[in-house]
Amino acid sequence: MIQGTKSINRRRINDRIMFGLLVLSTVVVMTPLLIIIGYVVINGFNALSIDFFTQELGSPARAMQGRPTGLMHTMLGTIVVDFMALIIAVPIGIGAGIMLSEYPDHKLNPVLRIMNDTLNGMPAILKGMLAFVLVVKPMGTFSGLAGGVALAFVMIPIVARTTESALMAIPWAIREAGLAIGLPRWRVVLSTVMPAAKTGLVTGVLIAFARAAGEAAPLVFTSFGNNYMPRNWTGMIWGPVDTLPQRLYSLAISPYKEWHTMGWAAGIVLLTFVIILFVAARLLTRKKNS
Amino acid sequence: MDNKNQKASRNISSIPLKAIYRWLGDRIFLVVAFFLGLSIILLALGMALVLYQEGSLSFKEFGFFGFMRGSTWDPGVTLTFGALPFIFGTVVTSVFALAIAFFPALAIAIFLAEYAPRWIGGVIENLVNLIAAIPSVVVGIWGIFVFAPWMREKVYMPLWSWSSENAPALEPILGNPIGYGMTTATIILALMIIPFITALAKDAMRQVPKEQREAAYGLGATRWEVIRMAVIPYARGGIMAGAILALGRAIGETMAVAMLIGNKNTFPFSIFGPAATMPSVIINEFREAVGNLHLSSLMAIGFILFIISLAVNLLAAYITRKISITGGKIL
Amino acid sequence: MNFITNIKKNKKEPTEKTSTSAIAGGEGVHPHDVRMETKNLSVMYGKTVGVKNVSLPVYNEKVTAFIGPSGCGKTTFLRALNRMHDLTREAVVTGEVLLDGLDIYAPKVNPVTIRRKIGMVFQKPTPFPTMSIYNNVVAGLKLVGIRDRKLLDEVCEKALQQAALWNEVKDRLNTPGGSLSGGQQQRLSIARALAIEPEVLLMDEPTSSLDPLSSAKIEELIHDLKTKYAIAIVTHNMQQAARVSDYTAFFYVGNLVEFDETKKIFTNPSNEQTENYISGKFG
Repeated sequence: MIQGTKSINRRRINDRIMFGLLVLSTVVVMTPLLIIIGYVVINGFNALSIDFFTQELGSPARAMQGRPTGLMHTMLGTIVVDFMALIIAVPIGIGAGIMLSEYPDHKLNPVLRIMNDTLNGMPAILKGMLAFVLVVKPMGTFSGLAGGVALAFVMIPIVARTTESALMAIPWAIREAGLAIGLPRWRVVLSTVMPAAKTGLVTGVLIAFARAAGEAAPLVFTSFGNNYMPRNWTGMIWGPVDTLPQRLYSLAISPYKEWHTMGWAAGIVLLTFVIILFVAARLLTRKKNS
Repeated sequence: MDNKNQKASRNISSIPLKAIYRWLGDRIFLVVAFFLGLSIILLALGMALVLYQEGSLSFKEFGFFGFMRGSTWDPGVTLTFGALPFIFGTVVTSVFALAIAFFPALAIAIFLAEYAPRWIGGVIENLVNLIAAIPSVVVGIWGIFVFAPWMREKVYMPLWSWSSENAPALEPILGNPIGYGMTTATIILALMIIPFITALAKDAMRQVPKEQREAAYGLGATRWEVIRMAVIPYARGGIMAGAILALGRAIGETMAVAMLIGNKNTFPFSIFGPAATMPSVIINEFREAVGNLHLSSLMAIGFILFIISLAVNLLAAYITRKISITGGKIL
Repeated sequence: MNFITNIKKNKKEPTEKTSTSAIAGGEGVHPHDVRMETKNLSVMYGKTVGVKNVSLPVYNEKVTAFIGPSGCGKTTFLRALNRMHDLTREAVVTGEVLLDGLDIYAPKVNPVTIRRKIGMVFQKPTPFPTMSIYNNVVAGLKLVGIRDRKLLDEVCEKALQQAALWNEVKDRLNTPGGSLSGGQQQRLSIARALAIEPEVLLMDEPTSSLDPLSSAKIEELIHDLKTKYAIAIVTHNMQQAARVSDYTAFFYVGNLVEFDETKKIFTNPSNEQTENYISGKFG
């Protein structure tokens, strides 16, 4: 079939041409993507300053008059909101993952699997809207808690799925060995299966965290944003709070030149944060595989 | 039982176990895991329910299909809301983004899976993953300050001046060359989904059994012929499912699009000119929506977005299951 | 085809014979205590029959071997003795399994309590991957709330000594269980099963993944252990069955074909199927 009409030389040349095209398109596509990173790194580093890490934003006038201004409150807010999201998402995600892997015959699981994938495939902005209805409306105010809940909705399906596959990777024989020495099932899961799957579990949580940490869409109308540091710490949970992705968006679409510059700085900080999480997840995976 | 030989020490088995170690613990464990799992089901169902309920005011006012067909979006004076411009904007930007992204992404995947020497492949693969990790607001800020102005200066303005001299009829089709608009958003979207398609396509191709390739090589095929005849046909299910999942990503992509599309809520849209998508109108107007009907209309758009995303995901799941190659990989 | 018809023809006869002899316990042939006993035990996987209507005793201080070609149901049967099928809903167990006269499948019986009386060793060594040797051995105690360090130390040493592993590991009890060789890991698994002081020890092809030297050690160990436990062992190796067991049960396609003293089974089986298998004509 292959030894058809085309001469072998022609086919060789074709092969070379296709190879050339593949390399070319790889280069052509990778270039703009690398340019994005390059711009963010260069502009971002130029815009970073001590004030950026130690001051709060304040009104636009503050930036325009050259008074010290920064995003300290934003970074603290990000930590608080992300942390709340983790606290909410990890138990639910891991619990569902345990359900899927440790009770494989349970009637709930086919439905759970479909619904989890559905939830995972939904745009993040819809998760923000859900959190708005479930948290913001009853509370009557935008809040860090609502932002945390919205980000948790992003994390939960990812954690559930990664937990399931991390636990499934542990041989079934380990569970039987545990049961055979008279351990109850919960003990087997908690003390033999989960410790063995620890790396996979942590990796999954990291991946979910990295995905959620870069999301702005669910935060814009849940944690809302705040130009100032809340007066006390709990204000970050119960009131509007700034977060990096959402602040980056607000800065970028603002009409002030100084805020645009600050936007680049926020960009480099956010990018670094997310990439550290991803690299950590990758390194863990590599460690597990070696 | 008395006649059985008593062992020297039976004290271990005679130690009584607490209920939690006998039966209670397992019951609690299952109940807890069950309810945590159930909460995910409730979340997914709740999302549809909540969006529909909150959007019902708007659906009632304009009718479900009337809302989808309506092309006027006027929160200011007439309080008339129709989703058609946003549905149109979403479909056009995401479909074209997929069309632009698909072949380059596939090319990278082929290069990675079939050609690249180990170290180059490793480097590019890590780069692709790195790029996939860039938050969309970060892409957005680059788009706003670098890409859109560049497109305006280097592409839109020359075309615009050319058309105003030579083909004035084209002007309304091309639209205002302000830099922010449908084309800019589509290109950015395409860039953003490339790593996603590449990763899924590469996984699908790596799953192709060695025998498949060896058989083709055995017939004297060149490398490209092997790829075309043995690898791609075998992996096409996974590649297609990946492309459809990428389409789903593009449909739901919010921040970068909202920052670049120019946010014009009414027809007519033009090629370069501003437009809007479902996510972009939600993110732009949700915070400021004061009227009940306005808020409800945004929720209704959310509901339509839910339905479209669901359809796209189910389609991808169907293809994956039918030609099970990449499994349920999370990306 | 020939076998199948033969089996069908012969199946009833030996089954009934064994069950009567087991239950009667007398007849002068089996002068031992019955530790465990099955009555009409069947295991179904959906509509497929794993094991059908097996009635069989397991004697105290004796080794009972289950032999038969692969897929004959011997492992399925062994797992039913420990309620291992509880894990999946696919398997349905009917009939009775009596431990000291009490049915372990009775409604109120807790599988955890049962499994603490019936230890099990699997085909492949299964040390808990994250635990030290010490923690592996005492896992069955420590993880159900027994924290008395002195007791645990004692149990650990005793179990390891019974499993003939103590001398090899006594200086490195805190190293991971996975760091041992395959044969040592299997003896660790045995020690772990012995640590909870079970009454019966079930072994599912315990030497099939081991080299000949390690296998010989395990066989020796079985020989020592039978002075204290009732042991049931599944093996595909007939020489092994002949070497270590006192009684042998021959399974074929889910049925118990013949059960008798090992000596008798291997020298003068009463069933043609058994004879064919023993003499290597199939299997």
